[in-house]
Amino acid sequence: MSPTPRGKLKIYLGYAAGVGKTYRMLDEAQKLRAGGIDIVIGYFEPHGRKETIAKTEGLEIVPRRFLSYGGSQFEEMDTDAILRRKPAVAIVDEFAHTNVPGSENVKRWQDVHVLLDAGIDVLTTMNVQHLESLNDQVWHVTGVRVRETVPDWVVDEADEVIFVDLTPRALRNRLERGVVYAPDKARRAMDNFFTEANLTALREMGMRHTAHEVEEKLWAVPAADESADEAPLEPGAAPPPPARRERILICLTGRPSSANLIRRGKRVADYLQADCLAVHVAADLNGRDAVERHLSFARVLRIETHVLEGHDIPLAITEFARARGVTQIFMGRSVPPAWWNPFSETVVQRVVRHARDMQITIVAEKRR
Amino acid sequence: MSSRTDKRPDPEELLRRVQATERRERRGRLKVFLGYASRVGKSFRMFDEGRRRKERGQDVVVGAVQGKISPDVEAILSRFEVIPPIAEHHAGKNYQVIDLAALFRRHPGVCLIDGLAYDNPPGSRNPQRWQDVEELLDRGISVITAVNVQYVREKQDQVERVTGKRAANSLPEAFLAEADEIEIVDAPPDALIGRTSDGSMPDPRRLAELRELALLLAADVVDYQLQEYLDSHGIAARWGAQERILVCITPRSSAADMLRSGHRNALRFHGALLVAYVQQPQLRAQDQARLESHLALARELGAEVHCLKGDDFVDSIIEFSREQRITQVFLGHSGRDTRFGLGRNPVDRLIDAAEDFDIRLFPHREGE
Repeated sequence: MSPTPRGKLKIYLGYAAGVGKTYRMLDEAQKLRAGGIDIVIGYFEPHGRKETIAKTEGLEIVPRRFLSYGGSQFEEMDTDAILRRKPAVAIVDEFAHTNVPGSENVKRWQDVHVLLDAGIDVLTTMNVQHLESLNDQVWHVTGVRVRETVPDWVVDEADEVIFVDLTPRALRNRLERGVVYAPDKARRAMDNFFTEANLTALREMGMRHTAHEVEEKLWAVPAADESADEAPLEPGAAPPPPARRERILICLTGRPSSANLIRRGKRVADYLQADCLAVHVAADLNGRDAVERHLSFARVLRIETHVLEGHDIPLAITEFARARGVTQIFMGRSVPPAWWNPFSETVVQRVVRHARDMQITIVAEKRR
Repeated sequence: MSSRTDKRPDPEELLRRVQATERRERRGRLKVFLGYASRVGKSFRMFDEGRRRKERGQDVVVGAVQGKISPDVEAILSRFEVIPPIAEHHAGKNYQVIDLAALFRRHPGVCLIDGLAYDNPPGSRNPQRWQDVEELLDRGISVITAVNVQYVREKQDQVERVTGKRAANSLPEAFLAEADEIEIVDAPPDALIGRTSDGSMPDPRRLAELRELALLLAADVVDYQLQEYLDSHGIAARWGAQERILVCITPRSSAADMLRSGHRNALRFHGALLVAYVQQPQLRAQDQARLESHLALARELGAEVHCLKGDDFVDSIIEFSREQRITQVFLGHSGRDTRFGLGRNPVDRLIDAAEDFDIRLFPHREGE
């Protein structure tokens, strides 16, 4: 018996609440239903938007499940009920949602994977700022630290990513007319997150990311005339991966900035189609918990992690990098030397001195 | 520290902006729907926007309709007042020319023009339709229109590489960049397959490449608009939505490695490549020649080359990088070991100062 083929995942990507992701998704759902496809709504967040709610007319809805947590009732998608119903296609709004504690899965995208594994196609929605690798950049631009994130590989694995566009001006008009939020909330939103500059920057990120997804999928299907590495590389002529695959090594520590370092290193690796490894040199037991958190964060992003023992951190990093054929080392900035020893070398300086034959990237530590 | 600082423009710049604002206020507003192929739904989106505006009380007329009309567009069209284009015949070719005189007399608030990239017959008031649209805007009539990436002049080489075809008629990219609003109409290629009227099968790979091209064009336009917005509001942002790579070269650096890597990175990220060198008086003839050849390569790779002035190399690079919203600085490992020197190594100083950009150090290869 052959296993059930995995369902297909289609993501409607936007850049803010109110651009019309859910509307577009439901529009597609209605077309599928009209074409005789067995489709249900697995989860839908109406947000009180009339036009969107009207779009659900005639679509079967699988009821949500209720969960108690901390004395309150929460509603979540009922993944088991959808599995029992087994439609051909399920609509699942808000891909980046975090489930209430006590749910089987921490994140909704994990529930979606359960549906895909069962052979159910899924249409879903998310915003570009929910992408893990853009978290720091989004914070730097908007001042908002987005908590609900989706690892990039989850989006890369989608069969289709569609950009849902609306101009910032039109979006702000919608807010003013109270289409997106209640008037009070809308006014606050327009003064804070929904400024024209923020929206424009996020929108550009969304367009560029969608273009990147389109290009990734092009690479997955090689063209008939595979061109040489030196051929002109331009959009419209998607470049093949280079002959010598790059390999990026991220040196992580217990410092909080390591999260930024991991995201950045992985993003660069993804864009360069490079392998990505992370290493921590355990010189002592200080900050063990933080290191463990960073290691497991790296693994969630599908980075291969290693822990080395050793007292000479720069030496251990450099030797490991050579042994593993690393082409580029990613490091955070070192703590400055102590006042009583201003000419002592930092870890970064020593790695730089040991590894003059390698590319070394010292990642920005942005402040607002 | 704030990531935004006040930037005081000079008086001439201020005057230019005030005049631009005045002109803009008198002018109609231009909104363009951009697509990557026919049948992605541009026309529908355009007419649907017209319908919504009409429902909100705006005075909307249709100035041009494209050849074949889909049933859903036809349903909307019946609600509009149409000022039909004039059919003209010239040297065996048929033309549809917007009836400017009638539109000027009618003077609507908003005019819908489906198909922006048409040629007018010889002897017309304007050779091309986009110039007719300029005139409508100049007379205070707002225009909503739609166009395919194939017709954008600056993109036609890339389109031709993908499709093997080149449209005879085109419009300049600057016309899109100057539009008040541009919206991308994105749809997965599979939605288009099987929809051709002539029964031919579009190649999904080609469609994906055109789609990427359109998304990147829209992102570039949005980036331009973001910059205009920030400038006109006197905001010197130290962030952007795009990767911008700065390669710093000296006569002695392994510039070729850095430039090729910078080029490849910029292409992968669809970002910008800049090259900077610091002007040094009394350069030896041999070094001058090396520098010239590095710069020649930089230009060949399409980099924007800048000569930095200033007494201090590190300060000049930091200042320039902030101004240019650089996200990655590429630099050679410094040749000497300055561990025991008293002065601080420039690379160390850059690392200390660099909050906003990554620094990537490149190996120094002898004899290059």
